[in-house]
Amino acid sequence: MREKILSLLEKNSRIDIKDVAVMLGVSEVEVANEIAAMEKENIICGYNTIIDWSKTGDEKVIALIEVKVTPQRGLGFDKIAERLYQYDEVTSVYLMSGGFDFTVIVEDKTMKAVAQFVADKLSPLETVLSTSTHFVLKKYKDYGTVLGSTHKDERILITP
Amino acid sequence: MRNVLSKKIVDIEPSGIRKFFDVVSEMPGAISLGVGEPDFDTPYVVREEGIYALEQGKTYYTANAGLKELREEISIYLNRKYGLYYESDKEIVVTVGGSEGIDLALRCMINPGDEVLIPQPCFVSYAPCAIMADATPVYINLKEENEFKLTKEELAASITDKTKILMLAYPSNPTGAIMTKEELEELVPIIIEHDLYVISDEIYSELTYDNKHCSIASLLGMKERTIVINGFSKSFAMTGWRLGYACGPKNIMEQILKLHQFAIMCAPTNSQFAAVEALRNCDDDVDKMVEAYNQRRRFLIHQLKEIGIECFEPYGAFYIFPSIKKFGMSSEEFANRLLQEQKLAVIPGTAFGACGEGFVRISYAYSIENLKVGLDRIKKFIESI
Repeated sequence: MREKILSLLEKNSRIDIKDVAVMLGVSEVEVANEIAAMEKENIICGYNTIIDWSKTGDEKVIALIEVKVTPQRGLGFDKIAERLYQYDEVTSVYLMSGGFDFTVIVEDKTMKAVAQFVADKLSPLETVLSTSTHFVLKKYKDYGTVLGSTHKDERILITP
Repeated sequence: MRNVLSKKIVDIEPSGIRKFFDVVSEMPGAISLGVGEPDFDTPYVVREEGIYALEQGKTYYTANAGLKELREEISIYLNRKYGLYYESDKEIVVTVGGSEGIDLALRCMINPGDEVLIPQPCFVSYAPCAIMADATPVYINLKEENEFKLTKEELAASITDKTKILMLAYPSNPTGAIMTKEELEELVPIIIEHDLYVISDEIYSELTYDNKHCSIASLLGMKERTIVINGFSKSFAMTGWRLGYACGPKNIMEQILKLHQFAIMCAPTNSQFAAVEALRNCDDDVDKMVEAYNQRRRFLIHQLKEIGIECFEPYGAFYIFPSIKKFGMSSEEFANRLLQEQKLAVIPGTAFGACGEGFVRISYAYSIENLKVGLDRIKKFIESI
């Protein structure tokens, strides 16, 4: 039940709870209770909107930064991550396997601002060994949604 | 000048759907809950396999019966899904959609004057195909109070000494009805007693929402007298690829293959390569589609009930078949007025046989958002009459 509710919410966080209940064949109260419980248990951590910022007048620059660190005694990856994600411009932090340790995604108004963030905030951290910054040129698909595409129904209106 | 046309073909009634289609396509801005095909795209891995086959230059004919690799996968698939056992090299023929299989099976088994039992409402091609094969179609009027399942009494009452074939099609288009193993078992003694053969159109076999599908060919004594028709169109959202298959006893399949070879040569090669991938690696995709259909099914039934249209709960395919008798209109009148007044197309039940009178077919191969728009129009229509 939870899994089904979640996959509906994941696709459309604004879906009507009444509709969810009908679609899953359970009562509205049951759905509302499950959602409340999952919010409490931090299974549902938030409700975001997928925005294609390139279509607005707002300037926005997104960078994906590969960060290598040296975990120090008493200061494991989690502690370092905590230092990284506190910054407002950081939108995502992932611990990675492979050639570097963290992927840090940063959003800011200009490239200069992102460069400044890397130079002034990120690199000077004593645990950070190196950074490698990649700027996003264009987003095609985000959170499972192809940006800017509307699926047109081209089926013949009436078929047997 | 002589009459160039075949009397037999000219005398066949054109499909009621065709008639209605002409009206719908003349109506600007009309939306439809009338399609008989999935709204999902074919899973990407399958499409990609088709593209890859083209890139590789796999553009030749395959064996008449279909790619060996595909027939082997079909054999494995039917076994793991429905417990059926068919030999890939003697008992399976890959066809151009399920429709070809229906046509071929009838033509290979009918002698002039044989009677074919056709429970209605049903898919539009059974009766015309039977007539083209020189059979006499005998209709069984299925009843809403039986949830449009075929009962043993109805079957027994329709059998004469000329009856040869029973067309069986569950999950059903247009009613959405299914028949469980127990319900099918009731029919078996009668079928065997009268030495009937069954053409079982199971094209919607993966789209069931309560019980798993049971193929009548899996029941004791039935494999040797059943042709199973199935395909990729509905389960894998592959309608445009035109790919299906027929399975049955060797002696019948031999003749089906012969006819197929003369009429068609082989099913599209590209589609066959893609279909191998569908059978091997798409269980998850199918599960997701089935879950989505099921959610829409519940949604549609519930919302219709709210606006005063009751319907028995169908457990298969992607159609509901509600009664509109209480509105005092014929099916055609209801569908036509709904189209004229609210620009919404649903299909009059009579398109699927005379006993579909009093019903309409509504498809839920649409997103919830589109269903809402359609439901809204039905509601307005009903309030206005």
